[in-house]
Amino acid sequence: MSKFRMHILVCGGTGCMSSSSGEIFDVFEKELSANSLSNEVQVIKTGCFGFCEQGPIVKIYPDNVFYVQVKPADVSRIISEHVIKGRTVPDILYKNPESKETVAEHREIPFYHSQLRIALRNCGLINPEEIDDYISVSGYEALGKCLTEISREDVISAVKASGLRGRGGAGVSTGFKWEMAYKSQGDKKYVICNADEGDPGAFMDRSILEGDPHSVLEAMAICGYAIGADEGVIYIRAEYPLAVERLRIAIRQAEEYGLLGDDILGSGFSFHISLSLGAGAFVCGEETALMNSVQGMRGEPRMKPPFPAQAGLWHKPSNVNNVETWANIPPIILKGADWFKSIGTEKSPGTKVFALAGQINNVGLVEVPMGIKLRDIIYKVGGGVRGGKRFKAVQTGGPSGGCIPAELLDLAIDYDSLQSVGSMMGSGGMIVMDETDCMVNIAKYYLEFTVEESCGKCTPCRIGNRRLLEILEKITSGQGTEDDLTELKDLSAAIQDSSLCALGQTAPNPVVSTMKYFWDEYIAHVRDKKCTAGKCTSMLTYKVTDKCIGCTICAKNCPVNAISGSLKSLHSIDPAKCVKCGVCFNKCPKQAIERV
Amino acid sequence: MINLTINNINVEVEPGATILDAAKKAGVNIPTLCHLDLHDINMVNKAGTCRVCMVEVAGRRALAPACSTGCAEGMSVVTNTPRAISARRTMVELLLSNHPSDCLVCAKNKHCDLQTLAADLGVREIRYRGARSKHAKDTSSYSLVRDPNKCILCRRCETMCNEVQTVGVYSAVHRGFNTVMTTAFDNPILDTACTFCGQCASVCPTGALTFVNDVPKVWKELTDPDKFVIVQTAPAVRVALGEEFGMDAGSRVTGKMVSALRRLGFSKVMDTDFAADLTIMEEASELVHRLQHGGPLPILTSCCPAWVKFIEHQFPELLDIPSSCKSPHEMFGAVAKTYLAEKLGVDPRKIVVVSIMPCLAKKYEAQREELAENSEIKNVDYVLSTRELAAMIREAGISFADLPDGDFDAPLGQSTGASVIFGTTGGVIEAAVRTANAWLTKNDSGKVDFEELRGMDGVRVATVNVAGTELTIAIANGLGNARKLLEDVRDKKAVYHAIEIMACPGGCVGGGGQPYHNNDYELIRKRAAALYSEDKDKPLRMSHQNPDIQTLYAEFLGEPYGEKAHHLLHTDFKKRDL
Repeated sequence: MSKFRMHILVCGGTGCMSSSSGEIFDVFEKELSANSLSNEVQVIKTGCFGFCEQGPIVKIYPDNVFYVQVKPADVSRIISEHVIKGRTVPDILYKNPESKETVAEHREIPFYHSQLRIALRNCGLINPEEIDDYISVSGYEALGKCLTEISREDVISAVKASGLRGRGGAGVSTGFKWEMAYKSQGDKKYVICNADEGDPGAFMDRSILEGDPHSVLEAMAICGYAIGADEGVIYIRAEYPLAVERLRIAIRQAEEYGLLGDDILGSGFSFHISLSLGAGAFVCGEETALMNSVQGMRGEPRMKPPFPAQAGLWHKPSNVNNVETWANIPPIILKGADWFKSIGTEKSPGTKVFALAGQINNVGLVEVPMGIKLRDIIYKVGGGVRGGKRFKAVQTGGPSGGCIPAELLDLAIDYDSLQSVGSMMGSGGMIVMDETDCMVNIAKYYLEFTVEESCGKCTPCRIGNRRLLEILEKITSGQGTEDDLTELKDLSAAIQDSSLCALGQTAPNPVVSTMKYFWDEYIAHVRDKKCTAGKCTSMLTYKVTDKCIGCTICAKNCPVNAISGSLKSLHSIDPAKCVKCGVCFNKCPKQAIERV
Repeated sequence: MINLTINNINVEVEPGATILDAAKKAGVNIPTLCHLDLHDINMVNKAGTCRVCMVEVAGRRALAPACSTGCAEGMSVVTNTPRAISARRTMVELLLSNHPSDCLVCAKNKHCDLQTLAADLGVREIRYRGARSKHAKDTSSYSLVRDPNKCILCRRCETMCNEVQTVGVYSAVHRGFNTVMTTAFDNPILDTACTFCGQCASVCPTGALTFVNDVPKVWKELTDPDKFVIVQTAPAVRVALGEEFGMDAGSRVTGKMVSALRRLGFSKVMDTDFAADLTIMEEASELVHRLQHGGPLPILTSCCPAWVKFIEHQFPELLDIPSSCKSPHEMFGAVAKTYLAEKLGVDPRKIVVVSIMPCLAKKYEAQREELAENSEIKNVDYVLSTRELAAMIREAGISFADLPDGDFDAPLGQSTGASVIFGTTGGVIEAAVRTANAWLTKNDSGKVDFEELRGMDGVRVATVNVAGTELTIAIANGLGNARKLLEDVRDKKAVYHAIEIMACPGGCVGGGGQPYHNNDYELIRKRAAALYSEDKDKPLRMSHQNPDIQTLYAEFLGEPYGEKAHHLLHTDFKKRDL
């Protein structure tokens, strides 16, 4: 990077790309060339910066100036002002929503304050399509070190000692899994990367693959060396075309450099990686279903044992880790297990990437040390609840996780603490809900997802979760009884106890956790037939109050002609005709429609 | 050895044993539904789908499925805690909440594992209501009826069809609540490579896979004064039918069966065994002919229609090697509607031939176009399974156990011991070897019992000395085993003179139309043993010795493997798509 005086880093993650960052990149190239600056300023398409709420993002290096919500039309100003004259362009700098001050420096933005990037270390920094960029930030050094200096057993010991736990959901010790696969006898072994990221709203794996694909390839090769595998498979969903493309480029470049393929670095160790595209079934993120899918079979979980380390892909010993887990491996090798253990909590060392979404100001991807308080993620990093509304709950762990209420906001989060409050780490989804969210409806929403994504193999998941959903539908439509709540509890327990795989076992979590923390809302739904959040429309009634001025707007907009009344006189709603769509409520200029 | 406790009972088991195995050893009954361990035929359905066998294992967060959880040293298992029982009951209630409640009129009434389980668990109400699966019933075939709405997705049929029979007709399709076991592209089963062996129906725990019920049609024929209804019975039926009436497996009920059929109103009660002797005359002649005329070898037996359909779909390039003989009951039909019709002076168009078979594939076979004299005269008109015959007997109020023994009618009723053993794996080829050996040595008092051809192993190869020539004979039962043999033949990895193949594990005694074995293959062994004892008791034990067969050739057919025999008793095969 020494050749240029300045680098313009344009975010090439899927979020920014869909807000025309591709065009911004092109305009930069064109205008730099028009200004004869192509030799001194380089524009680079990087991976995701994480601050998706504020995309498209353009960062100027080495100034570390961070432009947000950039439009192609802003490019010429950035060049004329910043690149040529050295002055920042204030109106596209980040504005602190509280102090209203603009912040130019990347690190000064509160969103990045509490973050510590290990897995995402290179995202937004390097060009993911250039292997030299990766090498320039110590890329493939860890692999080289393993192949030349560290024995297979010591590699496993290091990973074990680091305490790294699987970032895909279950949190099993990565080193333990490697050791199991190492000890397994077999003429052939496989290393598998689980890139079937399926939790709604979670996109850390996609971002890593789009922004730093080589880190995953390098880690897989290290594992192959350690456990004695010569073949790796990346199972990635076909809905991630950009990640697939960048992986293909990365594999090709690594092969050209002799960092993948036969006899890597002359060590005698060979390792080949291929891609296997998934068709979008959530359950294929379960490791045994994933292996079935790779084998061209129906994506259904297998009985365990045998575990993948014993009989995995093609019934050969296999080790499966998720993308984020892989991305942690090279730094652990290079900096050591003690360094890694110094971050995070005792039982959950390191960092975790969370995808912030829902009713939160800073939607995006954050990497924070384990043990951080929920409150700090939501308020410091996430910028608090959107629209100044009251925080109600945060749902963690994707559709299999649980909802954590406000009184637990000071929970220091790691794998075990989240489980102890009835949720889970999962892949790191974090969806914030405010006072306008109905928790019964939220539970129903998540269950709709798992019911849709159940593979249908075992009874409790196939039929039980469907029945749970049906009971929730009954409750949210105002037909529920207190007996239904007993059934919800009993059935949830049986499903958690009896399902074949984690999808089924955890599917009732949203129901169980919302019943635990928001019991009043369930009672209000079944006893009083009321949805306090106003989300369960069939329980609502709309009335015209005497604030009505008789403007007729509501009557004109009502799709079912349920509102009658003549000009300048009080209107009324026929409850028999009303479909509770809420159009009148939203259209009334005088807030004369009451919703109860 | 591993030591553990089940409900505080100490048990010692072999490594690899499951909790279910250990519980059996401890005398503890854990209910199961999807689980099926037919180790005799190397079939274990360990899909772990139903989750009925859940038990508590100390130290585990969730319950564990006993059928597929391995035992570990020091494990402490409790099978009957309120938590485990409640989970079990919930699973059954959930299954019932998506199951038609037409048990009283279901084909599997009283033979349904789900029904039994619900009764055993004392399920008196179904707490859960909601959406029901709505899939079309598949009644396209002549053999099997598929009602996916009754399917509990135990996957036994899939394991049986894909792994044991290697036909691969069924698979789970769609997902979640919409998951259904069906054929590729949901095609009617008639249009698939299904062989109609019926083994799927034999292991289906509910009424999802049943058979076409031809009983009403046969009742109608029996009450038609214009029709002359002749019944014939396959060898394997007489050693299994008794089970339907509470008798021990392997009870020989030939005489009672004949009496029952007579009381049901059949005009003539005759025996497929006679036709089996006839088959041997033709097949042994064909074998001798092929041996003396340079092949093609091996010769493959062709009496199993499921196996014939299998080779037509799966190995069309080998269609020149099966014997061209029709299956015995089809030969019977051909002879009944010509020779016998002439003898009795009955218009063949008025003759109705009903076959009582251990088989569901024979139902389909009877509909094959080429197995007919013309469009009006089919060789066989109806095929009833052993189970259907039992149903007719019950329906007619016949007290089976109290029946006196009856004798088959002449002339198509007399048979030799060789024909009786057609009903078990290895029997057809032994019968053929008996006759071929006697013919070639020109000695009827030589060897009769070719023990080397007997047994229940899936694939057996034996060398038999026939008149000084060593013949290498292979035997397969179960289509997966047949596939192995055929692949070797196709790839010229093995050279055999003759191969006997039966589609069903164990041969016809284990046929898809037999009384439900309830997952106990010992029953099938007992049936086979009963056939060998019936063979031993026969005064004549070689097919060519059957005097009625000799008369048939002398009066009507002429030479074995001759022109008339060819026209009536032989057929051809056609390539079918996969």
